[in-house]
Amino acid sequence: MRIELDINGSKREVEVEPRTTLLDCLRDNLALTGAHAGCEHGVCGACTVLFDGIAVRACLMFAVQAQGSKITTIEGVTPGPGELSPVQDAFCETHGMQCGYCTPAMILTAHALLANNPEPTREDIVEAISGNICRCTGYAQIVEAIALAAERMRGTNRPTELQT
Amino acid sequence: MTEAGHRFVSTDRRVREDRRFVVGKGRYVADIALPNAKHVALVTCPYPAARIVSIDKSAALAMPGVHYVLDGDELAGATLPLMTGLETPNVPRRPLAHEVARYSGEWVVAVVADTRALAEDAAEAVEIDYEPLPFVLDAEEALEGKVLVHEAHGSNVLLDKTFTWGEVDKDFAAAPRKLKLRVKWGRSSTVPIETFGVVSSWDPWREILDVYASIQMPRYADQIGIALKIPVSSVRVHHDVDVGGSYGVKRGIKHTVLTGYLSRRLGFPVRLIEDRLENMRGGDAHGPERLFDVEVAYDDEGIVSSMKMRALENVGAYAGRSPFQLGKPVGAIVGPYRIKSVQYRAVAVVTNKTTQEAVRGFGQAPTNVALERTMDEIASVLGLDPLEVRRRNLIRAGDFPYTIPSGTTYDSGDYQLVIDKVFKHTPYEELKKERDALRAKGLLAGIGLAAALEPSGGNAMFEALLNPKITTTTFMDSCRINVDGVGCITATMHTTSSGQGHETLVGTVIGEVLGLDPDLVRVTRPDSLNSLPSGTPVGSRMAIMLGGAAFHAANKLKDKLLAIGAHDLGIPRERAVYERGDVYDRGNPEHRRAWADLVQIAYRNYHRMPADMEPGLATSHVMQVPTGGKLPDADGRVQMYPCTSFEFHLILVKIDPALGRPEIVKYRVGHDCGVMINPKIVRGMTMGGIAHGIGAALLEEFAYDGEGQLMAQSFMDYLLPSSHEVPAVEIIHHCTPSPNTVLGQKGSGESGYLGAPAGIANAINDAIRPLGISVNTLPIRISTLGDMIAAAQEKK
Amino acid sequence: MKAAPFEYSRPADLDEACALLAQDDSARVIAGGQTLVPMMVMRLARPTRLIDINRIAALSYIRAEDDAVRVGATTRQCVAEKDATVAKSIPLLAKAIPNIGHAATRARGTVGGSLANADPASELTLCAITLDAVIEYRADGATDEVPARDFYIGPMITALPAGAILSSVRFPVWRGKVGVGFHEINARTSDFAFVSAAAQVELGDDGKAKRIAIGVGAATDFPIRLDSAEEQLTGSTLDENSVREAVRGALADVETLSDLHASAEYRRRVAADLAVRAVRDALAMAQGH
Repeated sequence: MRIELDINGSKREVEVEPRTTLLDCLRDNLALTGAHAGCEHGVCGACTVLFDGIAVRACLMFAVQAQGSKITTIEGVTPGPGELSPVQDAFCETHGMQCGYCTPAMILTAHALLANNPEPTREDIVEAISGNICRCTGYAQIVEAIALAAERMRGTNRPTELQT
Repeated sequence: MTEAGHRFVSTDRRVREDRRFVVGKGRYVADIALPNAKHVALVTCPYPAARIVSIDKSAALAMPGVHYVLDGDELAGATLPLMTGLETPNVPRRPLAHEVARYSGEWVVAVVADTRALAEDAAEAVEIDYEPLPFVLDAEEALEGKVLVHEAHGSNVLLDKTFTWGEVDKDFAAAPRKLKLRVKWGRSSTVPIETFGVVSSWDPWREILDVYASIQMPRYADQIGIALKIPVSSVRVHHDVDVGGSYGVKRGIKHTVLTGYLSRRLGFPVRLIEDRLENMRGGDAHGPERLFDVEVAYDDEGIVSSMKMRALENVGAYAGRSPFQLGKPVGAIVGPYRIKSVQYRAVAVVTNKTTQEAVRGFGQAPTNVALERTMDEIASVLGLDPLEVRRRNLIRAGDFPYTIPSGTTYDSGDYQLVIDKVFKHTPYEELKKERDALRAKGLLAGIGLAAALEPSGGNAMFEALLNPKITTTTFMDSCRINVDGVGCITATMHTTSSGQGHETLVGTVIGEVLGLDPDLVRVTRPDSLNSLPSGTPVGSRMAIMLGGAAFHAANKLKDKLLAIGAHDLGIPRERAVYERGDVYDRGNPEHRRAWADLVQIAYRNYHRMPADMEPGLATSHVMQVPTGGKLPDADGRVQMYPCTSFEFHLILVKIDPALGRPEIVKYRVGHDCGVMINPKIVRGMTMGGIAHGIGAALLEEFAYDGEGQLMAQSFMDYLLPSSHEVPAVEIIHHCTPSPNTVLGQKGSGESGYLGAPAGIANAINDAIRPLGISVNTLPIRISTLGDMIAAAQEKK
Repeated sequence: MKAAPFEYSRPADLDEACALLAQDDSARVIAGGQTLVPMMVMRLARPTRLIDINRIAALSYIRAEDDAVRVGATTRQCVAEKDATVAKSIPLLAKAIPNIGHAATRARGTVGGSLANADPASELTLCAITLDAVIEYRADGATDEVPARDFYIGPMITALPAGAILSSVRFPVWRGKVGVGFHEINARTSDFAFVSAAAQVELGDDGKAKRIAIGVGAATDFPIRLDSAEEQLTGSTLDENSVREAVRGALADVETLSDLHASAEYRRRVAADLAVRAVRDALAMAQGH
């Protein structure tokens, strides 16, 4: 089937079988290899992408189902060549990873959390990443990364309401 | 400058590898797309033991996109069996079952097709006729030998060796008290989120097999070449593949020989990325399943004079490296305690379960559970505080270097001080009050202690110890440094990594020696044909060995720069001083040569070089592991790992008696790994190790049913700790440098994992002891604990 | 783990979906897919056609009706989780839903999908049985309904006829001094529960239980109501001892499941304990009104 997907703000056309998962489509058809296969049955969360801004498991969706929604991958939150988003930079600051395999998923989950909750408590962060398994870090430095990102993002300039 | 006078070592530097991971640009094996590569899917045996009567490939071969269907007979005819550690020629191990399949999930046929999906479609169409055979799952039953896993071997015993170090019988006879304990470590493993994968590509004109794999394995290229019967110099392992976690298990040799053979046979690259089911059932990456029978001789003060330990290991259907996992703990067999004599019996048996692989700690974590549960039981019998019993038995600071009965000398440590520091941070009496307050509320609550050692450095003498035919005493690592003609520094390391930050390690050490910003040191990973020897990241060795090799290579470079500078300045070598890239005259510091000058001389001004010196600025160092270098003596005494790190876990657990679910309320760990090269990396290791430990203690098990079927085949039943299950942990550091290493560093790759299961088991036992019950089988399941508590309460 | 090949349809409305389903015995409906897709990639389920109902807007809604709230089949669990009508009128659902899987699975999983899947440990199924919900389905151009208690007939087996598609579920609303309680126990937060319990209580002006519903999930092939306990406790003050005795009595002869994660004894015993806690919470909440 020929389908059109909205990926990181661009329309991309791909040829897939109905049985091709969104994860496999991203990785094999679109060379967006930042989303990773960890279990392919929806438990580990390494395949996380944002679907209309909400974190979902790309391995539990067939690509054909994804038509009509906005998909954001880790490549889509990276500002530009050689650049890091505040969340990505915070993860580097606290060393919120080791092997890096769960990292894009953690970062996207963090993005989704912080978009809705700019002042998350430790419990909020723990709950938000509880669907993403990390085998390396024991989570401490990941939680710290997200807290640090939240703090830094709260300190940024934000446009105020225009007075008319 | 740190307290120890370091400029970069031990400071809070970012880990350079992180940059590529946070943007999704890690290069994992599944990301590597070789043109024209085909995909493998496996057909697995559904029985725990079966004769393979016939294989009908015709339907599979007729399916779309299918290129080949390979069976065990063909593969056995063309390749040698995989390398094992022990002398067990009648227990051959091959990538595909040959004549007999010996565990449910064992790989029997490999299908090669254009896509993974097509390969799976065709795999379903392969028709195999099996004749089910009797099977054995339990290690003690296997020992009896009524059902043999490998007929030709004559028994199920791969190893049964008893070592007696010291006057064990005499010490037991003299002791007023004895205690026996049985401890079971359930079959679990470190289960990385990335499965094992490999792409093999044979170029018949260059006669090179390119291998890209998610690998962590010593002698990987060797084993590939030997099995495929090609020169090892025809095997090119690419070390610049990022490995998505390994913690010991990613050995993948059967996957590699399989794809290597297929690529040579078929003429295109062949790719096998395990799916999770293949991984769990047939990836051969299970961990220890060990039964300990411990007996200690002790006195009324709780001082242990002697210990007997039998460790019975269920290695699964085939012998890989795993029986050696019984040998590594010999290097710390008494833990951190002054036990005078030890008898250790190591028994490894085969059963019809998935083959076991090396797991983080290589047997030390299970052994520590046996030791630490024993210490607590002694305390319980004597009515002493478990801390007091430990204090009385611990090796003292003044005892180092301390040689244990099995022959290893512990390099340094101050266990009492680390423990003091932990209790200074979290006073014992206050923790006890917290425990008592929970108990007053009707909950069960307990404090668990665990004092554990992390032998580090990887002097793997357990090989020769358990197999006298092995005479290996050489354990190497290496680093090469080249300063290019413009003055940029590039260093090479010669193995893969799975998140340990080795590039950062190398940069930091070289930067420290040269007094230059570590971020200016480019670190690359040449392939195996361009590499110097490396023992790979096992045995918590890389800080010591790669750090050591980088240190020495950098010092050689520094010496060369000093020689060039002194010569060009016209001063004696002793008057030349190196400082941050410059060389100057001690008597006249203005008289100096800057880095750029020295590079210029080395590269372009041979007339200014010292006589007979090699031009350029290339140095390298291949390092032998410190200490050791001797084979075991007649009594099996030998020096193993050069360094011992120390950890002390202090855990408060509460359990709702009605539910039986333990919850960790407080977690403190004292950690001494000598000089930390990068504190962020070390902290990550310890936290990750504790998470693994929580899993092994409470959640994870490769459980089998009575029919020999693995019940935990996916992540729905094999439960990995999430962020909810790992509590906040406070790490209290101490540094007792090692006298055996270049910077005083010890290993920390296994930290947390080595003591956490013991600490958690002790905390739970402290909580349930008032009910008169104890639990010594890991994992401690909620249902089991709940039922035990209910039964005990009913009795009251 | 790649699914076996299948055809894909994305019908515009429910009747078209039913027609497609009726045409092919091996066709299956896909909603959130959080349970179906894992089964497909493990090749335990091999539909020849997937009928995707995710984007049939008419199936996604939460509507207040007379003394009830009707939830459309494809309503996302995360939407129901945060819905004001649900919070106000079916508080038991609001309490139960956060226990379902993880945020990422609730983002896609649907209310109808979970009910139709009929996992013994399903929180939504437990709520449906506890609250005497009514399951509505569409087949052959007609709508029919089944009470939840008759809908579940075996482990992962429902009374949904072949060719029918679950279209909505109607939860009766209790008015007055109502309180709810929900408890589950699992190895990790958000795992399939070993055992779960739900309770809803309405207090009379005398402070005694006017109505009470107690359900236990994950302990048997499908969730059960503790009918005898409900009978015993109606009109009582719901003191702890009476509740415990009634609940234990109701569970005494129930054959509970035994598996890798929990023994039958554990499930029976802890079911009672969780039911007591659920009733306790419900009582406290009702008294708070």
